Order: sequence, then C-alpha cells, then structure tokens
Amino acid sequence: MKFAVIVFPGSNCDRDMYHAAKDALGAEAELVWYQTANLEDYDAILVPGGFSYGDYLRCGAIAATSHIVTEIKREAAKGKPVLGVCNGFQILLEAGLLPGALLRNKNLKFMCRFEDLVVENSKTMFSSAYEEKQVISLPIAHGEGNYYCDDATLKQLKANNQIVFTYANNPNGSVEDIAGIVNEEGNVLGMMPHPERAVESILGGDDGLNLFKSVLNNWREAYVTGA
Amino acid sequence: MKKVKIYITLKQGVLDPQGKAVQDSLNTLGYEDVLSARVGKYMELTMDDHADVEKQVEEMCVKLLANPVIEDYAYTVEEVVVS
Repeated sequence: MKFAVIVFPGSNCDRDMYHAAKDALGAEAELVWYQTANLEDYDAILVPGGFSYGDYLRCGAIAATSHIVTEIKREAAKGKPVLGVCNGFQILLEAGLLPGALLRNKNLKFMCRFEDLVVENSKTMFSSAYEEKQVISLPIAHGEGNYYCDDATLKQLKANNQIVFTYANNPNGSVEDIAGIVNEEGNVLGMMPHPERAVESILGGDDGLNLFKSVLNNWREAYVTGA
Repeated sequence: MKKVKIYITLKQGVLDPQGKAVQDSLNTLGYEDVLSARVGKYMELTMDDHADVEKQVEEMCVKLLANPVIEDYAYTVEEVVVS
C-alpha cells in the first residue's frame, strides 16, 4: 500500500506524517509536492498539518484552491482514503470535502498538549482498529480548531454516524466536542488532533498508530487476495 | 476601472472570541457604552471594466474571499475616476 503525503508551502507536519506511514506503520510512502500532476498511483492520501500559505485569508483557504486539491477530490470520489490532520482538516473543509468550518479557539490561545479523545465510531476505515468508546490520548497543536457547523449539518453528521472522535474535555469550544469527522461515504477523515505525532512510545504515546493500521488493514481486506 | 470594496464579517450567531476580547478591552479603557464588538475583514480590488464585475465579485466571495459556512459578505462597486 502506498501513501501520498501532500506537501504545501508552509506544511510542517509532512515529515511526521511520512514517518508514521513509512517507519511506524511500515507501508510505502512518498512526499508529494503540491504542484505534482496527479495522485493516481497512490492508494491513500495524507494531508498534513502546518501553516499552508501562512494561513493567509483563512486557514487552508488558499491551499484549497490549488490544483492538487482538484486531484485529491478526484481520488476521494473513487473511494480512496483521504486523511487531513490539523491544517489538513482545515484544507479539506475549505475544499468542501467535509462539512463545516473551524473557528479560532474559544479562549483565543494556541494550545499544544495531549488531549483525551473518545472513539465515537469504530466502524470507519480509519478507526476499525480501535474499540467503540475507547479513550485514546493524542496531541493537539492548534489555534483554530473550534469546529463549527449549523444545526442542520450537525443533525446530518449524527444521523450518518460521521462523528468519529470527540474530545473528553473540550479544549477549544468545538460544537458537540467534535474532534474528527468523516464524509458521508466514510473515506475522507478530517481531525484536529495529530495521530502522526503519537505512533511510538518514545514520542510520548502510540495511540495514533491504530488509525494508520486501520487504513492499512481495510486496504488489505479490500485489495489483497488471501488477506 | 472599478474599485471593489468587500466587507467580510462572521455571521450573527457564530462566536467571535476576538470581537469579545476587543469589547472587553474597550470596556476596560472606560468605554462602558460598548455592548458588543465584531471583528471582520476589509478588502479592496481594482478591476478592469466589463459588464460582469458584480457577478464575478459575487462568485469570488463564495469561492474564496468568504467562507459562507461562517461568514457574511457585502461589497460595493465604484467607478475609478482617473484624473
């Protein structure tokens, strides 16, 4: 299985994402510059965190207009897994691949620390290696992670079981403690916490590794005969 | 040429912690009559004259300049008089 890690000007979690997929998970992974023509050769797409385009205008807004996002949309429509973390989540929201938006944290502070998350849906291709309602600990590092959507969207998210992770102790004011959501089809996940920063105990925890394992396991079940 | 002035604000009902902080500071300075503050963005575009300026500005607001999920926008289009 081959992962693409998209690199925008201003991405800063791209190496961590690459390390998680390549070294911690043991899959194939490549850093892919945002001007690359196409993503057809990859089985999954990782959109890392950082400050693409210096967060100009709105976080993720400029990156969402780039050519590679058109490519990401094309591959997502085929059902390939797409994971956006932190600024990657912001980009997927701005691109319209996921519903809602992210606002400034309620306390206006940039927060960087571990937070407990509850796995609300362990049936997605990103969360199947976790138990339902399992509490995991992942680092957050954001100033604009306050998830917002209108009531109609929230109702839809709940009805379709699209809320994958919630905060045990909401740090940023997100609606319904939301930390991560999938699209209706279930193959695009966006989340503010950083699973790629918690893939080995030497980093302070490895609760994030099961997310990558879930993606790999589901891909194997779908595409590798005899798996 | 046209001068386009675009105003972008957070929708009513969307929490504006920055506006709240500004309001608190104004109150602290003694301006106790300030009941609320909302912080937004102002942009200016200079555009070539053509019939579709307004339609294009509308599109630009929806596609990029504002995020309709959380923001409202308004704009004015003025003739630039070259002296």
